Amino acid sequence: MSEALGPYLFILLAGTLATDIWRWLGVLVGARLREDSDLLLWVKAVATALVAAVIGNLIFAPSGALAEVPLAIRLGAAACGYLAFWLARKNVLIGVLAAEAALIAAASIFAGT
Amino acid sequence: MGKAAPGAALRVLHGSHALSGSLFINLRLAAIQGWMGERQTAARWFLRGMGGVASVPALILIGSFIGFGVLCRESGLSLGEAMFMTAFVWALPSQVVLVGAIATGSSALVAAIAVTLSAIRLMPMTAAWVPLVRAQGTPRWQLLVLSHFVAVTAWVWGFMRLPDVPRERRAVCFAGFGVTLTLINVAVTAISFIGAAALPPLLAGALFFLTPIYFLTALSASARYHAERLALGLGVVLGPALHAYDVGLHLLWAGLVGGTLAFIGHKLIHRRGGAI
Repeated sequence: MSEALGPYLFILLAGTLATDIWRWLGVLVGARLREDSDLLLWVKAVATALVAAVIGNLIFAPSGALAEVPLAIRLGAAACGYLAFWLARKNVLIGVLAAEAALIAAASIFAGT
Repeated sequence: MGKAAPGAALRVLHGSHALSGSLFINLRLAAIQGWMGERQTAARWFLRGMGGVASVPALILIGSFIGFGVLCRESGLSLGEAMFMTAFVWALPSQVVLVGAIATGSSALVAAIAVTLSAIRLMPMTAAWVPLVRAQGTPRWQLLVLSHFVAVTAWVWGFMRLPDVPRERRAVCFAGFGVTLTLINVAVTAISFIGAAALPPLLAGALFFLTPIYFLTALSASARYHAERLALGLGVVLGPALHAYDVGLHLLWAGLVGGTLAFIGHKLIHRRGGAI
């Protein structure tokens, strides 16, 4: 790792290969899927649930600066955003802005910063 | 239009029977014009894909990558490594995992296993994306190259926009979007890495919060079937639940169990005669 190229090889191996291998496998599997098939619907449902699990973890157990914000505020702000998204007839931008406003407001009031 | 030209020339050829020199030249001219027209149309759709970067999904991803640049700085990576990672991994949750592994001094093997597990979702996502972008005769290698740009934002954007794009132009349109979005975010990673010290912690946290909220609402908005809505709800709960119980491979299980239950739920709703 002390060599200049070490970290880049590390990223290529543990980052690029580790992610692209799933994409390549996906291309091979997807080539056999028909657009209107039940199998494709199941594959899409699994993909959606996996992404949703990532979302849940990013809210519930985040890393970095977001971890400093208390869990209750993160959950409350996410709920605010989702509610606003629904009330605004599925407007993504309004949902995101509402969640962010709730997070920043609650964190600055309760954390006293 | 570009495609019609050689066809018209062929009809002329067919009608005249006599293959005179000038007609042959006309035929070749038409073929060249057709080829150039084809190139122009492809370029136009590539540009349209590039234009897709001026959209809410892309702007929110840019916000998320500001958070990533800050994280890289805080975790002790170099500027070059941070930029390299955005360009060559191009999956934000996996990049966060990789940075975490590097920051804790994991070996390449441990880091590779962690990232591989975090990236499993890319397989079904790409599999569902292939029938969306491919046209008759799209070469396999093109799909393999383009698949590098499959990540949540491009996936969601693709399912929102590509159905309105002519099938034979979808791959090139997706390429325009994917390449541009990646390059912009490499720049964003660099800028936020350099300016990281100036960013207050709460703002950095708020930027990290963009990703999950955006994914949640965008997936909700683009879901067309009960199966997808159910999968979304189940996954959001199952992910943290299995994570909290420290079940290994928890993401994989959340996806398989949540997705399968959602699929079964979808079938049950349909059997009762519910609307899609």
